[in-house]
Amino acid sequence: MSINRREFLKMAGITTILGIGGVSAVQGVRNRVEASQASRAPEALTAKRWAMVVDMSKFKSEEDYQKCINACHLSHNVPHITDNPKHEIKWLWTETYEHAFPGNEDKYRAERFQHMPFLMLCNHCENPPCVRVCPTQATFKRKSDGIVMMDMHRCIGCRFCMAGCPYGARSFNYKDPRPYIDGSKENLEFPTRMKGVVEKCTLCYERLAKGLQPACVEVSNGALIFGDLEDPNSAVRKVLSERFTIRRKPELGTGTSVYYII
Amino acid sequence: MYNAGKIIIGIIIFVGLVTFPFIFAGGKATAKPDPKIDTPEILKMPENERKCVESKSFMKKEHMQLLNDWRDWVVRDGNTIYTNAEGKTFNMSLQNTCMKCHSNKKKFCDECHNYTAVKPYCWDCHIAPKEKES
Repeated sequence: MSINRREFLKMAGITTILGIGGVSAVQGVRNRVEASQASRAPEALTAKRWAMVVDMSKFKSEEDYQKCINACHLSHNVPHITDNPKHEIKWLWTETYEHAFPGNEDKYRAERFQHMPFLMLCNHCENPPCVRVCPTQATFKRKSDGIVMMDMHRCIGCRFCMAGCPYGARSFNYKDPRPYIDGSKENLEFPTRMKGVVEKCTLCYERLAKGLQPACVEVSNGALIFGDLEDPNSAVRKVLSERFTIRRKPELGTGTSVYYII
Repeated sequence: MYNAGKIIIGIIIFVGLVTFPFIFAGGKATAKPDPKIDTPEILKMPENERKCVESKSFMKKEHMQLLNDWRDWVVRDGNTIYTNAEGKTFNMSLQNTCMKCHSNKKKFCDECHNYTAVKPYCWDCHIAPKEKES
């Protein structure tokens, strides 16, 4: 059978139209879910930018620190790795004055400040350097409330963020964390992490969504004050307007959201 | 034919290698996966409420897409409530919603995933429900 050019073009045209129609028909059958089906829980706590004030005068004993650290680490299944300090995973931890506020040391400063442990956590910066360097956007600043979040599904474990963070707030899972989590105290409502991802404090985003304060704030008996930095009537702003507070490494311009009352 | 002996032996070996998997399996197909939804949590529900988040056919076909969307909405957008086609709302969580009913990961998830040789990495981080060894 021979075919002339005119017939060939006709046939090609008809098949193309049928093809396009076929594809759209198939896609019409495929039922997708829409982003409009997702909404915020009505009881969720919301803010423009979450912030925390650490009132160091209320941390009297080792126990006061440990109480907060345990509440955090147990509710987030943070492994307790002690065999190698480099493998340690820290969401909430303590640091000396000279490490927390370098460049501010003074040899005549009262002894108790020199050796006082300061409670450290992710600062949830306004300009987070970790977010700038993340190649996969696994760590990102949540637009709704300013939390610097981790999407563990995307983390490829390159550790750029750890190099980027000036506060040492990030820990890398050099090995499988599961054997280091006490099975009897495991929080079955929260995932663990796997080998090869970076983790840090997420300001208890999962508790905020349920209308609860972060775990450390809840057990701190008022030593940690949590609230919206952009709301002039919030608990945080009230404290900031009355007391003298300092932040870690303000000269870097990261705009940290964690304040310290010494 | 040149080298007839070598060629015929070669053909026999080739046919043997190619048909080996079929002969070895005895001509039977692997058993079809049979996922179970008879967990105590589901059986406890009244008959008319035993419905998943979306219809059975949708879940069969699109559960991976749904979970993918859920993950992005919760982790990246901070939205935790899902409204389904019928207007019912659910908390979007693999660990706290899906697996609360489907507490039989081995007979529900692994059954088909093993058959089709897909290895989702959910359980590297998410804690699977505690099942009795049977």
